[in-house]
Amino acid sequence: MPEKYHIETTHMPPRLPRIGKYGIIDWREDCARCHNCVKKACIYDKYREESKFIKSLDSIHTIYFECMGCFSCVQNCTKGLLCLTVNPEYKKLGNEYWTPEIFRTTWLQAETGKVPVSGAGYRGKFYGPGFDSMWTDMSEIVRPTRDGIHGREYISTSVDIGRKPSFLTFTGDKMTSSLSSLLSVPLPVIFDMTSPYHTLPVLEPSIIEAARKTGLIAIIDSKKWHLIKNYDEKYLSHIAFHLNPDSHDIPQEILNKTRLVEIPDSDHIERHINAIRNINPDIVIAIRLPLTPKSVDRSIELAGMNVEVIHLVADQKGNELDSKKPRFIKDMIRDIHGRLIKDEKRDEVTIIAGGGIGLPEHLAKAVICGADLVSINLPLLIALECRLCDSCKPGDYCPAELDKNIDIEYGAGRMTNLMGAWHWQLVEVMGAMGMREARRLRGDVGRAMFYEELQNEIYGPIFST
Amino acid sequence: MGQYSVHKANLKEVLPDNTLNSRVPQVKVKREIKPCPARHLNEIAKYIIFRDEEKCRMCGTCYKICPKGVHVLKPGYKLFATPKSYKCIGFKCENTDNYCIAKCPNGALRLVENPMMEALGDYRWTSDIILATWKMAETGDVLPEDTDYEYETGASGGGYDRLRLKYPDKPLAEVADDEIDISIDLNKRNDGKPKIRIDVPWYGGGMSYGSVSNVTQLSKVRAATAWNTFSCSGEGGYMERFRPYDDHMITQVATGLFGVREETIQRVPVVEFKYAQGAKPGLGGHLLGSKNTLSVSRMREAVQGIPLFSPFPFHSVYSIEDHMKHIDWIKHVNPRVLISTKVSTPTDVDMVAVGSYFAGTHIIHIDGGYGGTGAAPDIAKKNIAMPLEYAIPKVHSFLVAEHARDSVTLIASGGIRSYFDIAKSIALGADGVVIGTAELVALGCVRCGRCESGRGCPRSIATTDPGLTGKMNIEWGTQRLINLFNAWSMGLKDILKRFGMKKISELCGRTDLLSNLDFTNTR
Repeated sequence: MPEKYHIETTHMPPRLPRIGKYGIIDWREDCARCHNCVKKACIYDKYREESKFIKSLDSIHTIYFECMGCFSCVQNCTKGLLCLTVNPEYKKLGNEYWTPEIFRTTWLQAETGKVPVSGAGYRGKFYGPGFDSMWTDMSEIVRPTRDGIHGREYISTSVDIGRKPSFLTFTGDKMTSSLSSLLSVPLPVIFDMTSPYHTLPVLEPSIIEAARKTGLIAIIDSKKWHLIKNYDEKYLSHIAFHLNPDSHDIPQEILNKTRLVEIPDSDHIERHINAIRNINPDIVIAIRLPLTPKSVDRSIELAGMNVEVIHLVADQKGNELDSKKPRFIKDMIRDIHGRLIKDEKRDEVTIIAGGGIGLPEHLAKAVICGADLVSINLPLLIALECRLCDSCKPGDYCPAELDKNIDIEYGAGRMTNLMGAWHWQLVEVMGAMGMREARRLRGDVGRAMFYEELQNEIYGPIFST
Repeated sequence: MGQYSVHKANLKEVLPDNTLNSRVPQVKVKREIKPCPARHLNEIAKYIIFRDEEKCRMCGTCYKICPKGVHVLKPGYKLFATPKSYKCIGFKCENTDNYCIAKCPNGALRLVENPMMEALGDYRWTSDIILATWKMAETGDVLPEDTDYEYETGASGGGYDRLRLKYPDKPLAEVADDEIDISIDLNKRNDGKPKIRIDVPWYGGGMSYGSVSNVTQLSKVRAATAWNTFSCSGEGGYMERFRPYDDHMITQVATGLFGVREETIQRVPVVEFKYAQGAKPGLGGHLLGSKNTLSVSRMREAVQGIPLFSPFPFHSVYSIEDHMKHIDWIKHVNPRVLISTKVSTPTDVDMVAVGSYFAGTHIIHIDGGYGGTGAAPDIAKKNIAMPLEYAIPKVHSFLVAEHARDSVTLIASGGIRSYFDIAKSIALGADGVVIGTAELVALGCVRCGRCESGRGCPRSIATTDPGLTGKMNIEWGTQRLINLFNAWSMGLKDILKRFGMKKISELCGRTDLLSNLDFTNTR
């Protein structure tokens, strides 16, 4: 029986009071003290829990919202005093891309490691910008996998990083092709560098520990080498250093023991690649390429230069950089993927897509659009209860108290839980599609539906004049 | 029951022997419209009227001019009661002579939009649609013209919410109310099976015992009986208490086969194969362990407290030919039965539908992604499969192209919120719809989404917790649904009247009567 990929999760409750979506406001001056709300209406006992919690605090430094939003207390209050509102603190989380809903679900997954499940139907927008304008397909009756819910453990989410030769050559029985190094990760995810803003003491160590626990790889800025230089060798296979051409922070013997490095794109890329190859001929080298209007052409160019891995990085909201009309990362990946196929280079280069990947469905959709894997950083930060308030500079007040000592086990545990939940959600989506292999999902746009295409194909003939 | 009635038919010809022996007398439920107020102390209002007790001089002007009964002075009381804000029509009243805010000589009244509206509902089921559904379930009537609810569309920004019915300036023909027929056939095949006709173009969706309470289930089927339509047992078994309503029950055969027995298949006029569910396509069903109470486990013949999965897919069906064997099995067990095949909406839903037709199904039921569920992964609800609004015309046009459309009934479900959605679905190509969430909303659901675990629904609808289930009674639930169905049927008839149509079937596939705000032919 093949070994199954499994991420061990443990319950990791939040350090801070939760920021719930709802809150109950009451006007106690007219309260009849009937306790309908406390004893009868609230089936969750949230009133009692709230009271217990507040009493336990040294000072009431935050509002506590655990309400489930069922309106039972509102409608059963004898005096009609109660009012249910959306918590203003919840509404202020994140920004227009990193919505409060992303925080809510990420925190839940980081705490429990479980797939978020709810009752009632979908309650969101019909479609939206970015990844919200596509749907994944499913296979109704005939399923290639022929697995049911009990067979999903055997769905492989592994992907490869590196070059796969398009053919092999042999002389007699001897293979004469030279094979590049290829490494596999069990989930199409790589942990990306965090922003220079996020200079938090435990961030990199937590990310590396989470990478080790999940079997993934974390890209670490070589400037932060000092933070981890005492790490033993078991961590090195889970670290990919981002090397700046002018930086010589990483000792050669360390580079010899790592499997993957990343260098920024430059005019002298081949020279840099050769320099690294001279140190470690087996290392896989990724080129970090900011996603700009020139990226499509540049990706083709890099592939032509036998670059093995291209790491495309959009802004935090998944948008193209340096553009007046920025395109979204999913559309650019489709372009690059399509061009690489046309140039017969697709299997020779690995595409990592980063920027705007905030949910597991983004991961699945980015892969369907043509990425081999995605890079993430903000979800890891959010797992630590970050609110993306951008108050990270030294001296700023961090409402998530990330600048205080967080135990690395705890930080890594939350991140590991998140990845555990993402893994199972990817499996759910792939299971519905009847896909056994994440490798096969790459670029399989036949397994997706796009809003614009559905509008044109189905509504076009009906509603166009 | 329209053209088909087991009471009148020669039962020996249409029912298997063992069913005849065990059949219980069928109960009739009156289609009677009665006021049925909400079962909570405080109704949620769109607007709130505040009375400043210090300014109020008790002149009674507000009380006298308000035709809605917002202001109440109880006999024996010196002061007005708290205004019944839920009766207020809000700022629409400004243009009338009854606007209490302006008429109050002392400026004691203030009108504001209720801040709770933001917390009630969501993009699909907006607070307005929820409140309007409650109002119809209470009164049994369509919303009065002066109501300030935006009921025709939600705020999802796509699908039904971007479609509009294109009424002619003047109906093409004058049609009297009593001439309008909104009934539909469920069997369009000439295969010797009963020609079942339901009085309204909808029936109730499958909700298993376990996912909802038996009070909810019985309320649904009693209302369906009153309206000569159907309700579906879902997969969790066939309660003995359904038996007086057998003629209005559909029983479901899903992959877990929970509670499915030949005897239960023989009881009903329609059997539904559930291949997939729109809320979680390709994922199967999952009853969380906490909802698998003793009574649920007995019904499902399972062990109490453990999670129960209905695996996806049917492990006996990997082709249309396998599906045909399934259908033949059910037809053999119950020779009078009609077959419904419920599928979700993948890219090739049109191919699946045609295949199912050729396999012998009577009803093709396509379930879009916005429908309700007892529990589903959030990732599935939002992301998997095609929205229903695309699937209906895709399936309809392919069935037409395959010359199969006139021989099969196409039913759409998954996000049908109102009679406007029904009319739009039919204009897109469906014959009728299946509803589920709308029924639950009529029973008081606020869509808090907490149906899935623990004690279940705090609103006593989707729960099997004995303490919670007892907070709703069957008579109240039945009446709310009967009222809602009456309001919907009136609303639908009004739409047909404006089109000058006598039959709902005339609307089927009339996409020319729809406009889409994303395209150019809007009006």
